[in-house]
Amino acid sequence: MKLLKTLLLCMVALNSVPSYASNGECETYLQSEIEAHQFNQDYQSTFEQQVCRLVDADYAEKEILINGIAKSEDENALFVINALLNADLFYNKKNGDVVTRKELENGKYQAISVFTQQELGEFKKRDLRKIGINNSLRRVINGVVAELQISSSNPADREAAALELLKAADNSALPILEKALTKESDEDIATILQTARALVLLQSDDAIARMESIQFLNGSLYVETRNGLNAFLNRAKQDAGLYGKAEILEAEKSLEAINQLVKINGVMENVYFGIALGAVLLLAAIGLAITFGVMGVINMAHGEMIMLGAYTTFVIQQLMPNSIGMSLVVSIPAAFLVSGLVGVLIERTVIRHLYGRPLETLLATFGISLVLQQAVRSIFGPLNQDVQTPDWMAGTFSVNAGLELTFNRLYIIIFSLLVLAALAVVLKKTLFGLQMRAVTMNRPMASSMGIKTGWVDALTFGLGSGIAGIAGVALSQLTNVGPNLGQQYIIDSFMVVVFGGVGNLWGTLVGAMSLGVANKIFEPMAGAVLAKIIVLVAIILFIQKRPRGLFALKGRSVED
Amino acid sequence: MLRKLSKVAGVAALTLGAAIAQASDTIKVGVLHSLSGTMAISETTLKDTVLMMVEDQNKKGGLLGKKLEAVVVDPASNWPLFAEKTRELLAKEKVDVIFGCWTSVSRKSVLPVVEELNGLLFYPVQYEGEESSKNVFYTGAAPNQQAIPAVDYLMDQGVKRWVLAGTDYVYPRTTNKILESYLKSKGVSDKDIMINYTPFGHSDWQTIVSDVKKFGSKGKKTAVVSTINGDANVPFYKELANQGVSAEDIPVVAFSVGEEELSGFDTKPLVGHLAAWNYFMSAESDANDEFIEKWHAFTKNDERVTNDPMEATYIGFKMWAEAVKKAGTTSVDKVRSNMYGLEVANLTGGTAVMNTNHHLSKPVLIGEIQEDGQFDIVWKTDGEVKGDAWTDFLPESKNLVSDWKGLGCGNYNTVTKVCAGSEVAAE
Repeated sequence: MKLLKTLLLCMVALNSVPSYASNGECETYLQSEIEAHQFNQDYQSTFEQQVCRLVDADYAEKEILINGIAKSEDENALFVINALLNADLFYNKKNGDVVTRKELENGKYQAISVFTQQELGEFKKRDLRKIGINNSLRRVINGVVAELQISSSNPADREAAALELLKAADNSALPILEKALTKESDEDIATILQTARALVLLQSDDAIARMESIQFLNGSLYVETRNGLNAFLNRAKQDAGLYGKAEILEAEKSLEAINQLVKINGVMENVYFGIALGAVLLLAAIGLAITFGVMGVINMAHGEMIMLGAYTTFVIQQLMPNSIGMSLVVSIPAAFLVSGLVGVLIERTVIRHLYGRPLETLLATFGISLVLQQAVRSIFGPLNQDVQTPDWMAGTFSVNAGLELTFNRLYIIIFSLLVLAALAVVLKKTLFGLQMRAVTMNRPMASSMGIKTGWVDALTFGLGSGIAGIAGVALSQLTNVGPNLGQQYIIDSFMVVVFGGVGNLWGTLVGAMSLGVANKIFEPMAGAVLAKIIVLVAIILFIQKRPRGLFALKGRSVED
Repeated sequence: MLRKLSKVAGVAALTLGAAIAQASDTIKVGVLHSLSGTMAISETTLKDTVLMMVEDQNKKGGLLGKKLEAVVVDPASNWPLFAEKTRELLAKEKVDVIFGCWTSVSRKSVLPVVEELNGLLFYPVQYEGEESSKNVFYTGAAPNQQAIPAVDYLMDQGVKRWVLAGTDYVYPRTTNKILESYLKSKGVSDKDIMINYTPFGHSDWQTIVSDVKKFGSKGKKTAVVSTINGDANVPFYKELANQGVSAEDIPVVAFSVGEEELSGFDTKPLVGHLAAWNYFMSAESDANDEFIEKWHAFTKNDERVTNDPMEATYIGFKMWAEAVKKAGTTSVDKVRSNMYGLEVANLTGGTAVMNTNHHLSKPVLIGEIQEDGQFDIVWKTDGEVKGDAWTDFLPESKNLVSDWKGLGCGNYNTVTKVCAGSEVAAE
């Protein structure tokens, strides 16, 4: 069957060798292939010939060719296959040469031969076409690359390869696994390889090997282990005589132990998700805890301060496109300044005239929020902006094989706590913090002590807005950067501040975290829509009982 | 004194006359797309597309010897305002045709007004079907021109388990109901289908992505069919990438994610995820190259992308212009009867045909997301697929057909032989 297929393929290839205008490398290779075929029907195509045939192959033919290239043991094989996987492999439309390309300063592209690494000349973008692959080919390539890379000297490559082999653990992989195991020195990678081997042996006819495998697999949290054991038990159920009783019992025991661990993982994962959501809420709400909590200003434009911070991140990234990670660090003070200055401006021009009139403040700041949204829309356009995520924020931190925590959320949790701590220090330990607290507690007294209350108000509002800007930097890594970014967070922010207790940073922290975790506990049970509703209703009931929130301020300032 | 008055009256009469003369000198094209609010992100582009087409037509000498004049209004992503603005366009501005709407709810809000005032609306966005109005031409995809071919393609790729994820409103709910019944008719069992709805603008996808991962780890090939709308897509894809769900393991096929949506984010981690449309910017044809060039020249920006609703607008506009030429008038009834059977070359090669159910016959394409934010076309239907106003996969609509030419009815029941009102509730 397979022979027939290759034969057919060869015939197709023979008939469809295109005639190109100028003589390229590939034309020569394909010509020699045709000649070789005339002498010998069983002629095995060389590495170069197979690479050249990728140009005209359809997806099914490409799969055969990729496998052939991998088996050719040419030193360039891995390079070509990786280039194909990363969409770096192109062909010259005119003569079918297979090349990689390098962008030149004049906007054209330098074509580089994949065989000789020689430069083949400059081309326009449209002259070089990509050799396309689809998802199933990507899977094939991943498997092939894993087999080639399992002997790599880089442990990270080996681990990725081992995980890939684990996915497709069947009999044909056994020799590769055995060979890799004898050489493997890294314990973690060896465990993955042993798990893969155990999964293969689980399907064997050797009862002792099967029993050993089952015992080895006990406690292994890889998804493939569970599937393997489930498949094993299914086979046992279908054919009663196939496996011994002891094996089946042992397998059931292993599976149950694993399921127990998976359940614990699930709870831990949910709590982590909750804390991560809480951290986002915390970031969004800290600024509001100052402007609303400390100053008592109902600031509907708070969300737009967050949005300005996110846009600042975008602009900074545009200014330093070659160091995405660094730009994020630079964005933090920049966003603080931009949002802070806008905050001071709003306070000086609008809000200070409206102190003591909450309804007017609400309407005025709502108007400001619309103005800011439309301003951003006019400057940057209505489309979302592309803010890139640095490499160190992508990926997961693996606690065990079944529990992986995403790095970006981990950073945001840490970041939100740092911001909160920094703010607490400013409020408690600095002169400005002291003045600020004095002004909010007793304005006339503070004024008579020589504090310029007007400027303290402006700076306090600026501080709250600036922190909202910092939140925008973090949110730009999680969600869309568009004119409507702020609106999504304004309601949640108010909820957190009201729930936690007005004017209390500690309350904001506890409020944010408990809302986050509560949301994530309800979500798997009730769905995302209902979970939100449940939390909202719970807060309304809670506020009925304790109108001042979790941590109510005590003392004289409460009276007004 | 009297003389003075009569002079004033004379001037007034003159200007009035001039105004009338001017009004009949142009053909008015209404543009009803949100330029502010949440939908501005998608709809502004379509407004520009119509303006480009109008400009283009004027360069060719207009229609029936008259210049075209675009009348742009802003319904501000506010559904009731869509109805008011439609009334303004039809009653006050007396436009001859309207190109507009994006969301289904805005179209539903406009529907009674265009029917009452006998207007003509071209609706250029993929939608859930289950509607056929005498006064609306649907140039976007019906479910059988997008959702069902996409599922067919994935089945072909060996997918056995299905996650239907959507935003909680009418288009995803109806589409998922159709898909669920279609999947079951193909022998997929209940426990291999997971359905999930999220609110508009949902931004915290951790739990759902983790659930999808668990659902997909049962040893059978799993795919996500996404009707997640608008802004919520970016955090969804970001979370997928962060939790390490790659397209080789669990591909996501989306019906609302096109080139424009992708231009808002970094597509490196998304390579291989799919979208089903009737048009991709990467389609190789001369008509497409020309269209893209025109678009870049019109917007004065070489980076602007084109997308499927733009092609639907393009086809709709061309068809309308063709029908007006054939009818020799812009009268709605005459234009309508000249629309049926009209053929316009679509941008991907081949032709789009307007059927008597007011839906187009168009090819369906499946594309994989590439690193540069474009789609690589990996599959294409053999020929054009005829848009079906009433799906065959829901019990309440499987007996309904729409034929405005022969039957003169948008929802004729082939069993009871009755023509119901202009629409049947989808529920």
